[in-house]
Amino acid sequence: MTEHAGFLTRREFVKILGPGLYILVSAQDFLSGQAPKGFGRGYPEDFNAYLRIAEDGRVTCYSGKVELGQGITASLAQMLAEELEVPYESVSMVLGDTKLCPWDPGTNGSRSIKYFGPALRAAAAEAREVLIQLASEHLRVPAERLIAENGFVFQRDNPGNKVDYGSLAKGKTIERHLETKPPLKAASAFQVCGKSLPRADFQDKVTGKAQFAGDIRLPEMLYGKVFRPPAHGAKLKRVDVSAVKRIKGARVLQEKDFVGVVHPLPDVAEKAIALIKADYELPEATINDGNIHEYIIKTPARDSVVEEKGDLKEGRSRAVVTFEETYRTPYVAHAPTETHTAVVHVEGDTATAWIGTQRPFGADAEIARAIGISDDRVRVITPFVGGGFGGKSQVGQAVQAARLSKLSGHPVQVTWSREEEFFYDTFQPAAVVRISSGLDKSNRIAFWDYHVFFAGDRSSQNIYDVPNVRTTSRGSGFGGGGPHPFPTGAWRGPGSNTNIFSRESHIDIMAAKAEMDPLEFRCLNLADQRMLRVIDAAAARFGWKPAKGPSGQGRAMVCLDYLGTYVAAMAGIRVDKDSRIKVERVVCAVDMGPVINPEGARLQIEGSVIMGLGYCLTEEMHFRGGAVQDIDFGSYSIPRFSWVPEIEPVLVENLESAPSGCGEPPIVGMGALLANALFDATGARVTQLPLTPARIRQAKA
Amino acid sequence: MEQKIQFTLNDRPVTVTTDGERALLWVLRTDLGLTGAKYGCGQSQCGTCTVIVNNEAIRSCNYPVKNVAGKRVLTIEGLALNGRLHPLQKAFMEHGAVQCGFCTPGMILNSYSLLLKNPTPSREQVVKSMEYNLCRCGSYSRVERAVLAAAAEMKGGEA
Ligand code: FES
Ligand code: FES
Repeated sequence: MTEHAGFLTRREFVKILGPGLYILVSAQDFLSGQAPKGFGRGYPEDFNAYLRIAEDGRVTCYSGKVELGQGITASLAQMLAEELEVPYESVSMVLGDTKLCPWDPGTNGSRSIKYFGPALRAAAAEAREVLIQLASEHLRVPAERLIAENGFVFQRDNPGNKVDYGSLAKGKTIERHLETKPPLKAASAFQVCGKSLPRADFQDKVTGKAQFAGDIRLPEMLYGKVFRPPAHGAKLKRVDVSAVKRIKGARVLQEKDFVGVVHPLPDVAEKAIALIKADYELPEATINDGNIHEYIIKTPARDSVVEEKGDLKEGRSRAVVTFEETYRTPYVAHAPTETHTAVVHVEGDTATAWIGTQRPFGADAEIARAIGISDDRVRVITPFVGGGFGGKSQVGQAVQAARLSKLSGHPVQVTWSREEEFFYDTFQPAAVVRISSGLDKSNRIAFWDYHVFFAGDRSSQNIYDVPNVRTTSRGSGFGGGGPHPFPTGAWRGPGSNTNIFSRESHIDIMAAKAEMDPLEFRCLNLADQRMLRVIDAAAARFGWKPAKGPSGQGRAMVCLDYLGTYVAAMAGIRVDKDSRIKVERVVCAVDMGPVINPEGARLQIEGSVIMGLGYCLTEEMHFRGGAVQDIDFGSYSIPRFSWVPEIEPVLVENLESAPSGCGEPPIVGMGALLANALFDATGARVTQLPLTPARIRQAKA
Repeated sequence: MEQKIQFTLNDRPVTVTTDGERALLWVLRTDLGLTGAKYGCGQSQCGTCTVIVNNEAIRSCNYPVKNVAGKRVLTIEGLALNGRLHPLQKAFMEHGAVQCGFCTPGMILNSYSLLLKNPTPSREQVVKSMEYNLCRCGSYSRVERAVLAAAAEMKGGEA
């Protein structure tokens, strides 16, 4: 069973951790403790920061990662159990607690397995070797004759002579460390990793016991709401809070432009905030969803060269046919099912915060700054998070709760309404890509000149075998500013959704012009053997039959490399008479190196494909200046049951590479996959997401 | 207007004294401390707040609490009998119909009401009756599988 930090009251902590380091009485004690060695910018060296072995042999794993639904609860426990040589079931997880867990940059970018994994495995491997040394002294047998397995250290030739980890570690910090760190296990020797072991969070999630931030209840807790302007960029001129008096028990809290209400009941707080009236000065709304892409192209910003190779001029001269195309993607909302929620309790110069966040480390500093206390006086505890997709790296709701808690003297819970969730979201940025390319007489790509505007450069690098390449990225995808009327940020596969939509659409356009099958065209222009293997795996499952596009079948493919994970996807679609796309089948082959939990990987692939249908077919934020117009699921349409195609994940075996992530790679190819399938079905090429019936009709005409 | 409202909640009689116009969701989550039903939109658009009232799935975010007077309310907390998971709960776990888990209570209770009315639904009937329960994590195909598996397991009767 997994213990989740979010569930635990202070007394329960004592119970679980036993008589180890953490016998704690009050919040004060939590906050006065010294942070274990190695905390700061980087993963700690000391293995004790990652794990603790109780006297009864149960192992607690500490990680600053959080469970967003991606299944990290299982895969981290598997990696720890594998290297430490303990049963998977004996591992409990404490995730995202800034007091108990080693520092972490945040749960995003499909980085948990890739970057935290090696640190965790190294810690477990060192702990195992130290336990063998301790056992050697305990059993008076030389270490070379001992072996660790299943939470015990045995004498190799006399298995009856053994000692269990619990008796050696006794729930304490293990002071001994090794000079030379032991090597990590080869993937071919994995026994716990590579299996679809069950996730410990499922049971609580099907019974309603699982606690999310909104389920936290503290004595004297109030529910808070903060008054919201009608548009980003609006300036408050005058505010009238007098009507709130009509609501019994409601308190207005004000600090300059910050106006909030607290009440013992959440629905009544919501009613109270609606009674506040205000005048605003609104900036002129010149930018809207119709003209944003013109602004993006016109906005000056620094160009950075992502890669440069060969000579574009020379490539142009060899080209017998050239291509110029512009691709556009819109603002897309994260729209997690759980809206941003936090409970913050400010007590004097300390604060404890329960936040549904992807970034507990970092949230602590933001809270500290907002209420004027020092970073190390804030403890963030992360309960289960109801989906994040990048949006919950932002913790505006926790800052609101902290300010209301400070002003009211009570713990305060803030749950954003769905409307607030849409308004305050840090959208995937609208962006533009321009590609100019050419083919030589043997249908090889002669040059590739790629320019991305305001999406960020992730996955903008060319993956094909092209002699003359330049990739340029202007502006950044994060943080708003530039042409954006509101904040923007990371959205599942940041930058890559735009970049791969553009590149893989463009490749398809070139293949069609060359009158080649899109798969054969790609293979002709690819040199990366790993990519070719993944394409083969997808084609075999899909039953790909070569034909030049548009073949009328409505089938298409994409291939990509997302931060070291390789994907080849194929789809079959139908387009109905109203120009609506119905996706019938998606095969998605992924090479992520050794797979830690295959079933978890399949769930991530299926989830990515389904979520991808949204940003490719319907999702597009409408706005006038800083006023966000899609504020509910009525007008902002996300995928539903009836949209779902047959999804066939294919896990490509690869034990040679290092394990890498799978939470984002399968989503980033979806745009081009569907645009290419649309072309194959109808001959219509749409270069702007989402692929709405209006755009499809226009392209057909 | 404050009023006294009596109803049965997960097989136990309860009385609440509150404004009868308040949404059942908030009364459950705050006054009664049952946080299994979730807030996802407050506008009957997502289904995370689904609970069962007299065998019908309702969206508790837009359901005045006074309307449950004298009725039977079932929430996710009351679905497992004496610690024994309901076949739907087991099937959701077995088929990986859970990711973040925020939509899960609503998904399970909505399919529970479907199976009460139609113990042997076709795939299309499952999709149709679940269409307005949203899952941003994209666990739809697994939910569909889980509901069909639970229906088969229950063999047309309450297991
Ligand atoms: S919260 Fe009731 S339907 Fe969304
Ligand atoms: S599992 Fe996350 S919303 Fe459904």
